[in-house]
This record gives sequence, structure tokens and C-alpha cells, in this order.
Amino acid sequence: MTVNVIAIESLTKRYPRVTALDRLTVGITPGVTGLVGANGAGKSTLIKILLGLSPATEGGATVLGMDVAREGSAIRERVGYMPEHDCLPPDVSATEFVVHMARMSGLPATSARERTADTLRHVGLYEERYRPMGGYSTGMKQRVKLAQALVHDPKLVLLDEPTNGLDPVGRDEMLALIRRVHTDFGISVLVTSHLLGELERTCDHVVVIDGGKLLRASSTADFTKSTPSLAVEVTDTDTHPNGTEALRSALVAAGLSAQAPGAAGAPGAGHLLMVDATDESAYDTIRDTVTELGLGLVRMEQRRHHIAEVFDTDEAAGTTAQAGGAPLAGAAAAAADRELQPQKGGSGDVA
Amino acid sequence: MSPEPHPTTSMSKTAPPAPPGQRGEDVIHNIGYRNYDGPRLGRGYARTSLFDQSLRGAYGLGRSAKSKVLPMILFAVMCVPAAIVVAVAIFTEAKQMPVDYNSYVLRMQPVIGIYIAAMAPQAVSLDLRFRVVPLYFSRPIERSDYVGAKYAALSAAIFIFTAASVVILYVGALLAKLDFGDQTKGFALGLACCAIFSLLHAGIGLAVAAATPRRGFGVAAIIAVLTIPYMLVGTVQGIAFSQDNTKIIGWLGLGSPGTLVDGLQSKFLDGQSDFPSGQALTSMQASLYVLLIVVLIAGTYGLLLRRYRKAGL
Repeated sequence: MTVNVIAIESLTKRYPRVTALDRLTVGITPGVTGLVGANGAGKSTLIKILLGLSPATEGGATVLGMDVAREGSAIRERVGYMPEHDCLPPDVSATEFVVHMARMSGLPATSARERTADTLRHVGLYEERYRPMGGYSTGMKQRVKLAQALVHDPKLVLLDEPTNGLDPVGRDEMLALIRRVHTDFGISVLVTSHLLGELERTCDHVVVIDGGKLLRASSTADFTKSTPSLAVEVTDTDTHPNGTEALRSALVAAGLSAQAPGAAGAPGAGHLLMVDATDESAYDTIRDTVTELGLGLVRMEQRRHHIAEVFDTDEAAGTTAQAGGAPLAGAAAAAADRELQPQKGGSGDVA
Repeated sequence: MSPEPHPTTSMSKTAPPAPPGQRGEDVIHNIGYRNYDGPRLGRGYARTSLFDQSLRGAYGLGRSAKSKVLPMILFAVMCVPAAIVVAVAIFTEAKQMPVDYNSYVLRMQPVIGIYIAAMAPQAVSLDLRFRVVPLYFSRPIERSDYVGAKYAALSAAIFIFTAASVVILYVGALLAKLDFGDQTKGFALGLACCAIFSLLHAGIGLAVAAATPRRGFGVAAIIAVLTIPYMLVGTVQGIAFSQDNTKIIGWLGLGSPGTLVDGLQSKFLDGQSDFPSGQALTSMQASLYVLLIVVLIAGTYGLLLRRYRKAGL
């Protein structure tokens, strides 16, 4: 196992009236880590402490091996931060702004300009980077915010709700970009969200906190099962008025496990068939079976099991089979269920 | 993660295809990410960069063309009368300058006031209003670096604004072949007067601007703070003078930043105060002037530090 980029040791933060973090202990390894929690779960407080901007009441943490209480300035030199809220002055162009922010991170003027041009291209801003940012769309603004966090080539970036306010396409693009920050740029990422579903596509690990306590921490692969599931949709023909059912029985006969998707009632769910693809040959089997039956194959796509499903199963079975190497708080499964409706914000609000 | 930079060629070969869900025009051309191995100059450099950027910003440099207009016009308004004074002095072969260095600056206070009112909010309110401040504090600098850099930048901007006309007067005086020793001494004292004026007014301007995140309010509030007490003090001094109560005039001068600097320079910097009686301050009054100026500079700096304690992330 590689060395943790962030190590949090029984970290507690109390404000006069609320406890924002309560003896939080978790280690975060290189890669993309999702930090999930309802509004007020303590995510922003945690980021503040990790940047060395707010002292912990008890306990401590190290970021990139540096202590947050004593080496805040050195940490901030090697860490990038993208805030949740708008933070761009409207009368300046993206280039000028990011160059300035690069210099504020300690880069000499020439390097700052080079790195700005590179970074803005990597996040997907081209000609518009010379225009004042006041006229940018939300998607473009988010890209500039990401660029200013990456411009000094940090070892770790903290992204606070980077998909906030984006439309579904923008959301997908941003998530893909975040994935690339790790795979292509080699920068570890800690990304917060209150949407579990969006992180499972992006993250290697997911840390769930609620009310300042650790609820669960494990790799996404442990959350979602390793065998991929295939969603298959076929047309009906005259020979097989119910093509989906015909395919299901044929596949079961061929030794594959196929069933209608769990979420019944979803649009188009009646025509979908979930097939557990145990190995590569399953793809061929499905293709051949569809051809033999003379059906039209509308789509065949990989579906992973959702993290949320795992929570559901855990709760239903009442199992304690929690996977993952990171330390786990003995969290009640009921609390996990509450996490599934994060927008309601179960815990006391923390500024 | 690999610490060595990815060579461009190998990256483009091994690069994964563009992630799904991206529209054609938004596809990111992957020519490889280059790591940065160069120097990181740290906190001191960041502070200097912020000073640099703020000082340039105070003259609209590095900002849109629109934001250059006002400071440049005001700068011209500040300098042109000095040039005229110089021209008159040279052509009439005057034995001394019609106006001395300190009083030129103090007479131009309305123009300087407008400049401060326009530039102090742009130095701090923009960052507060558009919430750029958290980005600064997520970088190596600390709160005191930010406040210090902004304070120093605005002081320097006002100093340049005022000292430029002093320089014009000095060059003119030398061209008019006035006594070099006298003029140099007056010039040096004039610069000192500009420095004190700049420090005091930058502090007041920034403190007011930081307390009013809306730029428009900030402009109005600074003009009010700088001019209303100044005019009030002038009027009351005039009344006191007309009633032959000259003793009180010096004390009244404590009431506004403009008269504070005026009184101070008349006592210590060899100048003539604009006070109606024209008499110098008593040493008791003078020490109070100094004390109040120091308190104001330190106080506004302290207020700014406090303001940014809340403005963190």
C-alpha cells in the first residue's frame, strides 16, 4: 500500500454551538477520493483544516506528510483548492487571472504564463480565455476554477463540489476531467459531493461522513461489485412478441444469469435485461443468442452496481461485511440509509 | 503517481480516448501533461506579486481599457497645474516658485480624494465581493501578507499620484535656475509629506472600502469620510478665526485627515499651513497630531486584519 496523501487522526473541531468534526480518523491514499456527506456533514470544515487555515480542537492531520497545524504554508504551496462558490472577478480574463494565481502560488512570472496556457488548454478553454470572465457560462467558470487549482502543479487538489450548478452534460465533462487530473496529470484528488451516484464513476475510494463522524471508507470497487453487469435491450419481432422475455429464457438456458433490472417502474425498464457478465465470452453469447432469435439489438452497455445499492443491501441484510482496508467507524446501517437522501441534511448545520 | 514529467510523444500514443459524454467541440486535445519542476518562490514572492498586481491595478494596468480611463484622467488633472506653475515660473523668471511643494499637494486634495475613492474599493472590494479572497488564503500567503500587500500597494499608488507633481515642480524649479540647495531640501520634505499623506489616506480608504463590499457604496463612503470632516474643520476654523479665537484653530485641525497632514507639515516639514491664522502649532498640539496620525495608520491596519479574519474560506 502506498503512503497516505492525507492522514487524519481522531480529528475534532468544535465551534461554540456545534461539533463539526467528531474524532474523525481516516487515511486517504493517492488516487481520486470522494468525500460524501450531506450539507453540514463537515466537509468544508475538513478542507479548511487540511489547508491549515483553521486549527483543530483535538487530534490532527498530515497532508503530503506535513502537519496541518505547523506547516500550513508549505502544504498550501503543494495543494490546489477549488472552492464551491463563485470566486472569479468578472472584469479580468481567464489568462490574466490564472497567471496571477500561479504567481500567488510562488511560480516565477515566465513559468506562471507557460503553466497557465497549458492548464487552461487541459481543462478545455481556448479562444475564450482572453475574454473577461464576466461573460462566461457556468461550465467555463468551473473550468477556470479548476485551472487555478491546478496551475502550480500541485500533488493534491481539493475540489469542493465541482459539479455544482452544471447541467448533465457539463457534469459528465467535469467528472471526466477530474478523472484525468489523476490518470493523466498524476495529481491526487479529494472531491466532495453530496451526490453519491456521481462520485462512484470518478473515484477510486469513497469516504462517507455524516455529522462529523466517519460513516464508511472503502474503495469504490468494494462498494460496487467487481463483476460488471450488462444492460441489454432488444426489439420485439412477430416471432417473439416479447423479445426481452424470449432473450431472458434463452440466456438462462445458455447458462447466464439474466433478470429484469431491480429498479422496476423506471422508464424503459420493461425492455431492459440485466445480464451478469462473468467473463468476456458472455458478450459473444449474448450477441449470438440475439442473432439466433432474430431480434434487433438496441443496446448493450456496461452497468456497474451502484454504491447506493450496496447501502440498500447492507441495510436489508443487516450485514457487517464492510469491505476496505481503511479504518471504519461502527456506523449504524440506518445512518447509511439517511445518507441516501443527502439533500435533507440530517445533522445540525455547520457554517 | 510518477514524479517524472510525461514526455509529449509517449503520452499522445498511450493517451486514453476522450471520455464519453463530451461534445465534439469540447474534446480536450491531449498533448500530454507536463509536470512543473521549476522553483517555487514561496510566501515572500507571492506577497511581492500581490503588491505588484495591486499597484498596477490602481492605475488600471492589467485590467480592461475602461478601468484605465479614470486613474489616467485624474493623474493628468493632478500634474497639469504643476506643469503650468512651472511654465509660468520659467517664463516670468520668478525668484521663487509661486507655490511650494507641500501646499501644492494639499491644495489638490479634492482630486486626490476622488482618486482614493475610486481606487481603494477596486483594490479590496472586488476581491471581497467576488469572493476571490479564499483563493488567496488557500495559497502560501497569510492574512497579514494579504493586508500588508494591499496597504502598501495603495500607499504606493497614492504616493506616485502625489509625488509626480512634486517631481514636476522640482524639475521646473531647477530649470528656472532657482537655488539648488533650497529646492532640494523643499523637494525632500515634499516627498516626506506625500509619504505621510499616502500612508494615512490609504489606511482610511482601505478600511472604509473593506467595510463596504459594494463598490458604489465604498466610493461614496470614502468621499464622505475624506471631504466632509475636512470642509467642516475648515469652516469651523474660519468661524473661530473671524471671532479672533485663534488658539482653538490648531486643536480643530485634529478633526480631519487633510488638516492633520497640513498641521503636521507646517510644524515639521517646513511648510505653510492652510489654517486661517497661519500660525504654527504649539508643541503640545504637534505631538497630538503625530500621535493621532500614528494611531490612525495602525488602527486602520488593525481593522483590516480583523476584517479578513472572517473573510477566509
